[in-house]
Amino acid sequence: MPWVPARVTMGVVIGAPAAPPPSGTPPLVRRRSGRLVAGVAGGVADHLGVNVLWVRTAFVVIAAVNGVGVIAYGLLWIFVRQEATDVPRALGRTERQQALGLAALGIGAGLAAAALGNTVVGWIVGPLGVAAVGAAVVWREADESQRRRWTQGARSGVTGAAAGGRAALWRVLAGALFVATGIGVFLLGNLDLSQVQFGLLAVLATLLGVGVLTIPWWVRLMRELGEERRERIVEAERAEIAAHLHDSVLQTLALIQRQSDQPREVLRLARGQERELRHWLYGPTGYGRSGGASGDPVLDAGLADAITSAAAEVEDTYAIDVRPVVVGDRPLDDGLRALVLAAREAMVNAAKHAQVGEVSVYAEVEPEEVHVFVRDRGVGFRPDAVPDDRHGLADSVHGRMDRHGGAVRLRSTPGEGTEVHLTMPVDGRAAARPEQDEPEPQVRAQEEAKR
Amino acid sequence: MSEPTDAPIRVFLVDDHGLFRSGVRAELDRHVPDVTVVGEAGSVDEAVAAIRHIRPDVVLLDVHMPDGGGAEVLRQLRPELPDVVFLALSVSDAAEDVIAVIRAGARGYVTKTISGRELADAVRRVRSGDAVFSPRLAGFVLDVFSDRPGAAPPGDPELDLLTRRERDVLRLLARGYAYKEIAGELFISVKTVETHVSSVLRKTQLSNRYELSRWASDRRLV
Repeated sequence: MPWVPARVTMGVVIGAPAAPPPSGTPPLVRRRSGRLVAGVAGGVADHLGVNVLWVRTAFVVIAAVNGVGVIAYGLLWIFVRQEATDVPRALGRTERQQALGLAALGIGAGLAAAALGNTVVGWIVGPLGVAAVGAAVVWREADESQRRRWTQGARSGVTGAAAGGRAALWRVLAGALFVATGIGVFLLGNLDLSQVQFGLLAVLATLLGVGVLTIPWWVRLMRELGEERRERIVEAERAEIAAHLHDSVLQTLALIQRQSDQPREVLRLARGQERELRHWLYGPTGYGRSGGASGDPVLDAGLADAITSAAAEVEDTYAIDVRPVVVGDRPLDDGLRALVLAAREAMVNAAKHAQVGEVSVYAEVEPEEVHVFVRDRGVGFRPDAVPDDRHGLADSVHGRMDRHGGAVRLRSTPGEGTEVHLTMPVDGRAAARPEQDEPEPQVRAQEEAKR
Repeated sequence: MSEPTDAPIRVFLVDDHGLFRSGVRAELDRHVPDVTVVGEAGSVDEAVAAIRHIRPDVVLLDVHMPDGGGAEVLRQLRPELPDVVFLALSVSDAAEDVIAVIRAGARGYVTKTISGRELADAVRRVRSGDAVFSPRLAGFVLDVFSDRPGAAPPGDPELDLLTRRERDVLRLLARGYAYKEIAGELFISVKTVETHVSSVLRKTQLSNRYELSRWASDRRLV
């Protein structure tokens, strides 16, 4: 279900009190506009909230010193998505010059490092550098084709490169040539080989080149597979809900048609169906909390659930409307179980005797006690002239509550209705038990201070 | 009930279910002489255009509709028609939806299972400038404004905290009491009860309490 239950939210609030959720750190995506090569530096800068210039400098410095910068840039290029929407962002002339200057500086520094004998950098400024430039040209073309796909909404699959026209094709071919040359020269220059070995290596180099060149398409293929799977799961979930709802709704409609001459029965069916739907859509208490709040079945079987299902039972049995409102929640202990049973009896009582179609139930959890009010606007009665059966029920409510230290207050006016007010102190004995349903330390401290 | 004039209250219905619209119209026309239905619409665009033209007193607004629902109608019309009062009407008790329309400017919220008589009462009440809370909405607002141990400290006490009296009134609303009964219970006048409820409505609309702003921002209302 699409939202986090209230209990969990409070935890979130403790963690990050000031920051409103939407304006956090933006996710890491590559810039699509205002970029020089692949938008990696810009994306990292947006993510970290710093100036692009610093990020570019950092990349160049790391690249010049030991070559890792180039590899890092390449990996980020492969694994970080392009941003999905075009944010208008102009790459100013000075910014472009700065960036190009930085790149030139980096190459210069790299050459110097290579001259000083750093082999890794030597490879990179040499033939492998040529291969890297070739790969960059091809990957950039892949980015462009993806961008076209997004903007035009075309779903041309993994072979989108052809869509860019002749110029794009030339760029891809040139890039491929660069990669091939770079790898070839690197192999020839560094190894002294016999003919057989050379043949094998040529095959390997070709495979490697093709692999490097097609990385963007592989990545895209993987992503599309992932997205498709996600869509399928969502679809399956929707189908399951639809099947469940249609089935039970149709059943209920059929029953209603058959029993249309019995208004009470129709009402009962309609309410039952409504409740079931609400339970599906909004969770047990109707505002999407509870149900899986803590992920712990012991804790989740709390007071709110218990009161709601007691109300549902009474509704089903007596064909009346019971509308529970629950504020707060607590794990059940013996006292609260007694409270729920007493509340249920009060509801049954109202359903049987009040001669109304609707009963209001309100439960509120306070730090030291839990209140439940069961109210009807029915016939009411004078407490001193109680009919016998009603008296008996009131006694059993009283008995239950008394045994656990609770209290019952009954208020009734003939003609205006009845309200039963049940109070149960939050039980100290429950806190002493070795289960997880201890009250929060602060609450317990208050209780102990009271004693 | 405080009536501004003797003229019937002009009500406009917005709901994408034609069956429901005709049901409400029939019920109000038949049983409630001081309320007349002056128009109805089945979609957001239709509603916006017609309400601009007709300028009803009260709009009964369905929360769930295609193209943004009641909140979208409110967003488009609230600024230019401050005199038109909106009362949200929904089958859903889900806090997410209710809070979204309340924060978009609705003066109250009732469920669709409400009887014609109660609906007419709610219409009169919002018409005279008061707020209408269903018991569940009252319970929910109490929950949001309650101070649990460990919760974030309120930013603006004026908006982020309820007074004791407002809490009392909300509790009784959640217990199913009518305004008159609440007044009797707390030994205050009905007018005072109305003032408290309006003040709670204002806080619900403006407070920066995390849960309230979160639900509203999820619906892109803030």
